[in-house]
Amino acid sequence: MILQRKLAILADAAKYDASCASSGTEKRHSVGGRGIGSTEGSGICHSYAPDGRCISLLKILLTNFCQYDCLYCVNRVTSNVPRARFSVDEVVQLTLDFYRRNCIEGLFLSSGIIRSPDYTMEQVVEVARVLREEHDFRGYIHLKTIPDAAPELLHKAGRYADRLSINVELPTVQGLESLAPEKDGAAIRRSMARLTVHIDEAKAQKAQAESAPTVSLPRARPARAAAPRFAPAGQSTQMIVGADATDDAAILASSAQLYGAYRLRRVYYSAFSPIPDASSSLPLVAPPLVREHRLYQADWLLRFYGFEASEIVAPAQGGMLALDVDPKLAWALAHRERFPVDLNTAPRELLWRVPGLGVRTVQQLLATRRVRRLRSDDLKRLRVPLRKVMPFVVLADHRPGRVLEAEDLKARLAPPPVQRSLFDA
Amino acid sequence: MRHTVTLSSETDWPGFRSEARRLLAHLVPPEDVAWHTPAGAAEDLFVPIADSEQKRPAAPVPPAQGAMNFVVPPAFLTLCEKVVLHQDPARFALLYRLLWRLVHERALRHDPLDADRTRARHMMQAVRRDLHKMKAFVRFRPLEREGEPPLHVAWFEPDHHIVEAVAPFFVRRFTAMHWAILTPECSVQWTPAQADPTAAPQKASDASLPPGELRFGPGASRADAPPADAGEALWLTYYAHIFNPARLKTDMMRKEMPVKYWHNLPEAALIAPLTAQATERSGRMVEAAPTSPARRIVQPVQQARALDPHPGAALPDDPKAALAALKRATERCRECPIGAHATQSVMGEGPIHAALMVVGEQPGEQEDLVGRPFVGPAGQLFNRAVAELGWSREHFFVTNAVKHFKFELRGKRRIHKTPGQREAAACLHWLESEIAQVRPRAFIALGATAARALVGRPVAVTAERGQWLEGPQGRRVLITLHPSALLRGDPAERDEAWRAWLEDLAQASDIASLEAAR
Repeated sequence: MILQRKLAILADAAKYDASCASSGTEKRHSVGGRGIGSTEGSGICHSYAPDGRCISLLKILLTNFCQYDCLYCVNRVTSNVPRARFSVDEVVQLTLDFYRRNCIEGLFLSSGIIRSPDYTMEQVVEVARVLREEHDFRGYIHLKTIPDAAPELLHKAGRYADRLSINVELPTVQGLESLAPEKDGAAIRRSMARLTVHIDEAKAQKAQAESAPTVSLPRARPARAAAPRFAPAGQSTQMIVGADATDDAAILASSAQLYGAYRLRRVYYSAFSPIPDASSSLPLVAPPLVREHRLYQADWLLRFYGFEASEIVAPAQGGMLALDVDPKLAWALAHRERFPVDLNTAPRELLWRVPGLGVRTVQQLLATRRVRRLRSDDLKRLRVPLRKVMPFVVLADHRPGRVLEAEDLKARLAPPPVQRSLFDA
Repeated sequence: MRHTVTLSSETDWPGFRSEARRLLAHLVPPEDVAWHTPAGAAEDLFVPIADSEQKRPAAPVPPAQGAMNFVVPPAFLTLCEKVVLHQDPARFALLYRLLWRLVHERALRHDPLDADRTRARHMMQAVRRDLHKMKAFVRFRPLEREGEPPLHVAWFEPDHHIVEAVAPFFVRRFTAMHWAILTPECSVQWTPAQADPTAAPQKASDASLPPGELRFGPGASRADAPPADAGEALWLTYYAHIFNPARLKTDMMRKEMPVKYWHNLPEAALIAPLTAQATERSGRMVEAAPTSPARRIVQPVQQARALDPHPGAALPDDPKAALAALKRATERCRECPIGAHATQSVMGEGPIHAALMVVGEQPGEQEDLVGRPFVGPAGQLFNRAVAELGWSREHFFVTNAVKHFKFELRGKRRIHKTPGQREAAACLHWLESEIAQVRPRAFIALGATAARALVGRPVAVTAERGQWLEGPQGRRVLITLHPSALLRGDPAERDEAWRAWLEDLAQASDIASLEAAR
């Protein structure tokens, strides 16, 4: 099979994984090395596909042959999609070629399970090893970890990769048991815990190595042992949304648990979308893209805005996030007694709860109000969405009046319905 | 009096700095200065940039006449370095006005929402975005050269004067590669140094750039860049196939990859056809009838879980195998709610038939992650006591009264929560099964939860500590505090508490030193 055909098949097989981040790792560059590659903290999205997803990494499967029969998956054993398998060297060369063209930040490699979880993991790790050791590649590497693989292999993966991820796939253990019979939710959590321990250990050792004074003996080179590295960009996971009946409240509760227990960098939500040769037992409808978007917004509230998972979904809504307004606005509309908030006096945590104010905006408001009173002009300069913010805030020259009591406040704030064109599905 | 300043180039930051200092020292107000740049300043062919001009140290200017404070916040310098790259001709006037105001209006530095500061910040953000997009959207194409490594050439059209500022990024990223970036205003070429260890470093003064030559030259045109090569087809294949036609979100794509960049991105030519076919392709997927699998590759992996013993199932005769079976059974235990949220169950560790069994409360955060008892902070404190008492951990068995970690999620942290009587009672039969396998002669109960589980009645630990109590079937239980009580205790009384705790534990020293039977 020619390379181009393989690439087509194995990119098709990989596209349902939402994660593409290339951020959060240590800073590296290729100065003084034999190869190419650098990472400078923030990730770079080198392109965007018409599905709105960024292309930052070469995201492919090593092979889409798979023994498992996960109903939601395009690569399940019972699907009739065309199959292919890359050699280790083919993946290495593709990564380096795309990298030289400046098309990617690095590689995101995953694989179907062939022969055994250990064999598969070994092959995946070997690609990373060849890139790092033989080509001195210093770009970003994200490896999908196979939960049932041996701990030594996970450990090795962490030495080469910037990020490791294990997909929980479905928000509940019951969902996983019914749709992915070969996957074991408990094993997935144990693997995540193991990665957490390694990542924390490496971090602690690095911090210690950096803070310890270097002791140098006479005539000896002052050197300190480099701290062992383990997935400096941490771990992430993905949940499929809409393949089973789990509601948003349960999804967010599950995410909160994962963030709390395993300090994940990200939980990705992937709207279940029709796949070629789909299983008859799953809903083949347009993917719930707005729901996916609302979940990401809610996830942000969890991580950066001091919201607890249990308060984001209003009880009146049957466990689901509102689709017509964003979750913060929905929360504010349901808790009008907490508003208006005086931007000149309210504590940070309360400012975070004002619809339309982001974490950075709040930072600047706090800095400014130390020297003078905030006025509406300040919000204009900050380019915040005034229509959304003004009903909820008090400023030196602004009071919202009785607008908070208005029955139709939500209708006034919700974005007007748009006539969608053929190209904006 | 009107002043006119002509800077040496569009991005003459050093020139602007020294002129601004001079004007400021002479108290020339901003409205009296006109700032200019010569159009098409970079006339010289490929002039290597003098490093000394790239980064001048930010030394405070000595006060001239009228002892004024010239020190500006470091953040202002970072802002200036970015804003001078902006294409707006008014940028120098804005920066000088800001500088003037910073020196003359003390309050300005504390007011990030001032109109001038906001405008400058927006300009800085525009420059940063342009820098970022250039790092993202430059596309190199290899140009084969005879007797030389291929030269990777890109054509790009930035909005602002950013080529010099962005070049070091590409040097750091592609140090060993020969490359050039052509833009309408200026071009840059990187030639790495020959790998010759004897060669003296070319730019010893500049630690930020590796040996090699970075040359800047005049602007170019798109025709100077090479056309698509065969290898690019692979990239286009990847782009077409990583796209999911079932989820079209072209607004999002346009927001992050504005149309103005498309004509220099090879893959952008695919956007229109991919978008046009998407609805039809995804419709076909929805309508297609499910097919039956053409073949079954192998039987799926054996379901080990089906073999797990269920609560109440008979245990194997061999105690080791029995403990392993208990571990698997507790893993799936949902007799109380806490099991569903923990990572795993944590069972005891130690020799079978140990004379002494030490029972704690429940696994903590660390134990939950690692899957072993007594590895967290409280466990480490217990180990210290064991060492001080001269005991050996190989001689006794350690476990917990409750097998799963109970916690409360507070923000992004799991906070330990004492198990309720209901959870402890639900878990008791697991502890009893463990005891039945290990068959110790005596117990140490660390804390109230363990004491109640072992003795069979509520125990007031602070009152009854240091005593051997008798439990069901004549079980001998030494009562003492849980180590976490010492961790939480009053720091002033820590030494005293530690000594008392050791005294309690020492009562079991005879038994602790016994080898496990058989």
